[in-house]
Amino acid sequence: MKKNSLILLMFLFPLFTMNHSFGADGSFHLDNAKIDLDDQQSLQRGARNFINYCLNCHSANYMRYNRLQDIGLSEDEIKKNLLFTADKPGELMNISMDSVEAKKWFGANPPNLTVTARSRGKDWIYTYLRTFYVDDSRELGWNNLVYPNAAMPHVLWELQGTQVYKDNHLSLLKAGILSEQEYDQFVLDTTNYMVFMAEPAKLVRHKIGYFVLGFLVILLILVINLKREFWKDIK
Amino acid sequence: MDRKTNLMTWIDERLPVSSFIKNHLTQYYAPKNFNFLYFFGALAIVLFALQILTGIFLTMHYKPDALHAFASVEYIMRDVSFGWVIRYMHSTGASLFFVVIYMHMFRAIIYGSYKQPRELLWIFGVLIFLLLMAEAFFGYLLPWGQMSYWGAQVIVNLFATVPFIGPDLAEWVRGDYLVSDATLNRFFAFHVIALPLALAGLIFLHLAALHSVGSNNPDGIEIKQTKDKKTGIPLDGIPFHPYYTVKDLIGLTVFLIVFTAIIFFMPEVGGYFLEHNNFVPADPLVTPAHIAPVWYFTPFYSILRAVPPIFNSQFPGVAAMGAAVLILFVVPWLDKSKVKSIRYKGALYKKWLAAFVLSFLILGYLGTVPSNIWGQIPNFIPFLGGLDLATFVARIFTIVYFSFFVLMPFYSKKDKTKPVPKRVTY
Repeated sequence: MKKNSLILLMFLFPLFTMNHSFGADGSFHLDNAKIDLDDQQSLQRGARNFINYCLNCHSANYMRYNRLQDIGLSEDEIKKNLLFTADKPGELMNISMDSVEAKKWFGANPPNLTVTARSRGKDWIYTYLRTFYVDDSRELGWNNLVYPNAAMPHVLWELQGTQVYKDNHLSLLKAGILSEQEYDQFVLDTTNYMVFMAEPAKLVRHKIGYFVLGFLVILLILVINLKREFWKDIK
Repeated sequence: MDRKTNLMTWIDERLPVSSFIKNHLTQYYAPKNFNFLYFFGALAIVLFALQILTGIFLTMHYKPDALHAFASVEYIMRDVSFGWVIRYMHSTGASLFFVVIYMHMFRAIIYGSYKQPRELLWIFGVLIFLLLMAEAFFGYLLPWGQMSYWGAQVIVNLFATVPFIGPDLAEWVRGDYLVSDATLNRFFAFHVIALPLALAGLIFLHLAALHSVGSNNPDGIEIKQTKDKKTGIPLDGIPFHPYYTVKDLIGLTVFLIVFTAIIFFMPEVGGYFLEHNNFVPADPLVTPAHIAPVWYFTPFYSILRAVPPIFNSQFPGVAAMGAAVLILFVVPWLDKSKVKSIRYKGALYKKWLAAFVLSFLILGYLGTVPSNIWGQIPNFIPFLGGLDLATFVARIFTIVYFSFFVLMPFYSKKDKTKPVPKRVTY
């Protein structure tokens, strides 16, 4: 039996030891985004940030506004504060920018961000939004460390201020409205929200999971004893 | 006679229900020495049923249309109540199906369950494995993410390497000049009806063959050779029901614990069950930097990449990949050993088996990573200088993989076997 278990482990082992790195060229070190999906205030601030700053060029149209009720907002609050691009909370997070026009303006169509947290990962988003710097060689004057030559300009420059990149080091050239700490928190909240938006079920998944596993463990004890009872007479 | 017996008699006169239950459950005698490796057959049946069931519910909301497929999967994940559970059950079920099938096949190999009189049983099993791979491949296109799209593109292009008719063949498979809406629709048709139907038929034949010859066991002894003289019941056999039904419940519950732990706590399994890049909608204009198939195809994908092109044709690699699976069909005739089970085989066989398992795992790992992962062999080494180290390693283990089968007639004959007891050890 011991030998057999070893063989089983050998089969399963590679599944859990292999590491997966995000992105094609993942050379840039990503900061760990310490998000907390139980922190409703952070999620709500993130929703506000996302809808105000991102949801003008980027669509998120697999997500419905009324899903924000999952993070503690009432339908009324959503209607009053967050419905810029729709009339009813049941609508999808669409934008009015035309994708053909957008491609002309930016050189690339801003991607749908609904599930980006699942393709890029939370750390990528958190680091990406904090590593824009001034680069005159680029058409829109901005470049990025995580995603070199990104088509997107630094939309949050007013908040962060302008950074320059010299000798492998980012430094603040001109301060923004927010302090460095406040800006990091701003980006962290937004990242937190994007992780929620990418998979709203994540908020309940673990809670249901504990019940299911608890049930199965009790069932296991029962079926082991049932088997023992039946097999008593087999010699 | 009471009413219940009356009803059963009425039915039995019209449909042999009671005799079926006797022949296949309550008086079907299985060896009493099964170990945990014998859970996997039953688990495969359970998974097949689960995949059909969750698949039916997914089909109710999924749209096989290049414009709507990706969004409809997200719709299932968000707007369909508990759609995310159904989808994760289906995606996790697909991966675990292969874990279970690989264990099931491994069990058959180490206990010699393919040997006479179970050759047909084994052949039906290999056919099921082949169809299961096709089923998984067709299904993987349906979410219409980048990996779905480019994975399908790579695999369909394999047909284009066939000499002479290749390009036409690939176009015929795709139904278009590139993977498109037409491809998605036909893959959907194959995935939801053609292959499940064929699989159900083959599983029936697999079970019919099994119940005709009876199960093998870890000792590789035919229990039907030692029967009770009075009753004619094998001395080492016990009725499948209730003994193995209650025992399989344990295997099933342990399996469900693993299954649900993945569904509720790590549905992506670090990008191995659900690849990160597949959360980006398919884009025919953007080729991902690294295209990797899902983990269960990677040993064969590694073999494909390892074989160098000959006369500028990739066909040898494709042929090798096909041969890696098809060679399983002839295993019953490659094994010349006098004994079935590994318990009575000698050290030589065990060494070869270990080399085979190792090569399968290493090829599997290498198939998930880019071939330049370990860098290149230094240029000062003759012949090999400049070659990707990982490709070189994959070549070595591809040779080991095939040697296990091709040399089997020789080493299994030479192997020093131990005497097999008359009765099972328990």
